[in-house]
Amino acid sequence: MAYLLAVPILGLLIIFQSALFSRVHLLYGTADLVLLALLAWAVQERVKSAWQWTVIGGVLVSVVSALPLGAALLGYLLATGVALAFRRWVWQVPSLAMVAGTFFGTVITHAVSLAALRSVGTPIPLVEALNIVTLPSALLNLLLAIPVYALLGDLANWVYPEEIEI
Amino acid sequence: MNSSRSFQTVTLALLVIGILLLALGGYLTPVSRVALAPFISIQTWLSTRFYAVQNFVTAPRDVTRLTQRNAELEAEISRLQAQIIELQQQNSELQVLSALLDFARAHPENVYLSAAVIGRDTSPFLQYVFINRGSDDGLRRGMPVVSQQGLVGRIAAVTAGAARVQLISDPGNSINIRIQPSGSEAAMSGSITGEVSINSIPQEAIVEIGDLVLTSGLGGNYPPNILIGQVTGVRQRPVELFQTASVQPVVDFSKLEIVLVITNFRAADITPLIPIPGNPQ
Repeated sequence: MAYLLAVPILGLLIIFQSALFSRVHLLYGTADLVLLALLAWAVQERVKSAWQWTVIGGVLVSVVSALPLGAALLGYLLATGVALAFRRWVWQVPSLAMVAGTFFGTVITHAVSLAALRSVGTPIPLVEALNIVTLPSALLNLLLAIPVYALLGDLANWVYPEEIEI
Repeated sequence: MNSSRSFQTVTLALLVIGILLLALGGYLTPVSRVALAPFISIQTWLSTRFYAVQNFVTAPRDVTRLTQRNAELEAEISRLQAQIIELQQQNSELQVLSALLDFARAHPENVYLSAAVIGRDTSPFLQYVFINRGSDDGLRRGMPVVSQQGLVGRIAAVTAGAARVQLISDPGNSINIRIQPSGSEAAMSGSITGEVSINSIPQEAIVEIGDLVLTSGLGGNYPPNILIGQVTGVRQRPVELFQTASVQPVVDFSKLEIVLVITNFRAADITPLIPIPGNPQ
């Protein structure tokens, strides 16, 4: 039932994202709170509902955003997959997995968004998009990665309390 | 004896009247200044000392009352400052609404519905905003959205209580425009940076910096003659088929707060008229 928690939390983050964070630009890039929350949830050690959260987050963002249908969901699924892979590879330092996952997750979600937009005929120059949108977005996401990781870590500890052997 | 006293009285009266007349005429000013200066100085010194002594004597008794009064006044200042901020906000909104009303009055052929901008699209590649009106308020997909300055965009999606507006600066947007005063028609498109440009101006068209860009109404997506912006640069190369021009929109999309939706305009659906390749009509 832990995945049901995703609906209010990710819904709230989408509201914050739309009302506040989408107006805070670095060049033309913006932070992606939903992506950060999904990655921070995925790299937590005891979390078992990362994929469910990703699907819920992807569906919610797909409803709100004007991106082609499914683009947000696909991007988040790939980003979560990368984050889970990093969790396995650097399992001793999950915060490092978070940072690496944030960078690659940003690049992956933007690549999927660009591919989806170009497939429906929206002319977006790739190099320009990389320089003035994706890299600044990655930087903003990296700045927020550790605080979001800490917050979601507290939530994960609350949802999945540590089992003590007696 | 009586005549002597009368003489003294008359003399005194004449002297007083004379002095008064001299004073009124301003002839005694230097004299009075010199004469009064020591008195004023002494009175000032005395008064200052008196107030100092009075304050010294009364201050200890009033400390509690003054402290309380000070706290009351500080609270009052805080309340008034909050009120000022609230009034400034209201004034700002009033100015926007007033300008929107002027715009609506200038275009009486349209029916408008005001809406507040409540958010932006979560994707940085897209230029969309959300407004707090939806199908419950009569909004439909394709309705044009304007502000007091000019064209903002059009409604791309509607829910019961909100709508998503595609801005004219969105990279996926393409609008048929007319450039004034030359009257040349072309298509305008946005970009991921929010810059707007015209890419298909005929080579023979005369376009200059400062020309106005208006909707042409072609295609049926927007009503004609809505102001979009001004030409800020023109690029003409003989080897290219068309001229290109950059446009400065009159609407500042980063500061959009309230917009008007033109509710009596229905976008024309020309999809059935577009020929499909390989499908003879």
